Amino acid sequence: MAHFTKATSVHDWVNQRLGIDTVRRVMATEYWIPKNINFLWAMGMVLAITFALLLVSGIFLLMYYQPNVNTAFDSVNYTIMREVDFGWLWRHIHGVAASVVFLVIYIHMFTGIYYGSYKKGRELIWISGMLLFVTFSAEAFSGYMLPWGQMSYWAGMVITNLFSLGGLHADGIVEWIRGDYVPAQAFLDRFFMLHVLLLPLAIMGVIGLHFGALRIPHVNNQDGEEIDFEKEAAKYKAGDKKHSKVIAFANDFMSKDMFVVGIFLIFFFYLVFFHYDFAMDPVNFDPADGLKTPAHIYPEWYFLWSYEILRPFSTNIGLMAFGFAQVIFFLLPFLDRSPNAIPASRRGLFAVWFWLMLIDMIVLTAMGKLPPEGIFSSIGFYAALVFIGLWIALPIITKLEKKA
Amino acid sequence: MKNGRRGFMGKAFGAVAGVGAVASLYAMKKSWDPLPSVRSAGFTTLDMSAYKENELVVEKWRGKPIFVLKKTAEMLAKQNDADKARDILVNGEHYMVCIGLCTHLGCIPGYDSKGESFLCACHGGMYDFTGMVTKAPPPRGLDIPPFKIDGNKLVLGEEGPEYKKMKETGITL
Repeated sequence: MAHFTKATSVHDWVNQRLGIDTVRRVMATEYWIPKNINFLWAMGMVLAITFALLLVSGIFLLMYYQPNVNTAFDSVNYTIMREVDFGWLWRHIHGVAASVVFLVIYIHMFTGIYYGSYKKGRELIWISGMLLFVTFSAEAFSGYMLPWGQMSYWAGMVITNLFSLGGLHADGIVEWIRGDYVPAQAFLDRFFMLHVLLLPLAIMGVIGLHFGALRIPHVNNQDGEEIDFEKEAAKYKAGDKKHSKVIAFANDFMSKDMFVVGIFLIFFFYLVFFHYDFAMDPVNFDPADGLKTPAHIYPEWYFLWSYEILRPFSTNIGLMAFGFAQVIFFLLPFLDRSPNAIPASRRGLFAVWFWLMLIDMIVLTAMGKLPPEGIFSSIGFYAALVFIGLWIALPIITKLEKKA
Repeated sequence: MKNGRRGFMGKAFGAVAGVGAVASLYAMKKSWDPLPSVRSAGFTTLDMSAYKENELVVEKWRGKPIFVLKKTAEMLAKQNDADKARDILVNGEHYMVCIGLCTHLGCIPGYDSKGESFLCACHGGMYDFTGMVTKAPPPRGLDIPPFKIDGNKLVLGEEGPEYKKMKETGITL
């Protein structure tokens, strides 16, 4: 048995049993962050806080929500929105956060792409981050089913139909996923379970992995400079904070991180109180009706780009293009053949690739929202081709890139 | 230690855990299956004499919309052999009876009685009055539900000889 001495304080008592000083040192006071970064490095913390907001608001919604096809719609739109004191607040926080979290995820992703933060030992950070993107997408979709409005029902119908795998007509899989021929009670119940238990558990697990993957390579910096963290940390600890290239995660860096979070929260609650409607599709305020498709079905804005890659093609090709779009970002660390982990602006053709990709995804998003007619159909079609073409070109242009 | 007692215990545990894992996965898979009450959810019987020409009626079968369209003489004149093969004849009248879900991703197309065509608003697919595709992305015409002709009536969910023939010849899935 380990040796314990009489505690000199409550802190000492706990520390002897849990080693909290060691935890604090490893996780905070001696976890080193480069100085050469900007506000975009705070997006991880913004995401963590947004996830916490989703969790807390979700707990309150869960107290009144009823996963039953006859009562779900009213439990949301009447009970939570009109009867429960501040029920509207939890719902609007939940809805707005679900939308905004994807905006921040996309900023976080494109920051990583721009600064090459998926290379040189940081591959697992990128892959675990992409796993988070997928689990968040599943979480958003399952949550969208729960109010059981028209958009819930028809999004559920369309997305589960994707699993028939087009020309393979695997209708058995679709019925298995739904537990019925159409989305009905069994479907609502199981997506409720996924949304409130299984997927949040998976997300929390992958967040742990994401943080863990970051610990050894440390965060990147604005110049992609390889920092000798031990040497710089020694300088810092010796008191030469001015010449050290790093600072401690807490409380030094955290104070800046939380400042950005503060600005984000002001923007966030402005949306919650005054512009929550952007996250509340009016069509979903009609109860689900299996015999009436809404005139125009579109997903939430954050899925539009991949939806637009599916849409302009015939079923099988569309599904393949869609599948391609879903997995290809995972492979980024391996498709980028250049050894340079520096900002895109100093990487020649890759800078062009980066901005084209960003613009193309914005175009796809815009076209996904518009009706599939005339000129919009054609723009969407070419934008989808450009998306695929850019990924095919990536290994070639990065291979040609000169060593910086 | 590979062949020692610890190795044996490791393999024994692996065997027990493997059997348990496969058995649990099987149980989990079966628990997600549609319930018997859902599977046996009845049959729908339609009285075919009640329909009017070129007026689309949407019936319901197993939670899915069923399009019933009685064809006009002009429509019949326009039909080619492939179109005719999709017709369901009850008491000498020609009907289109289809599952009203777009074969692309399952939205319900709307019927335009003037243009005698269906338009799916989700992804812009179009069908003519026989349920055949006239504009992509749908991969095939509207599916025909299992049916049995019984005098004036049509029973959905039961497979009659006419339906079996359609299935064999690949007119419907």
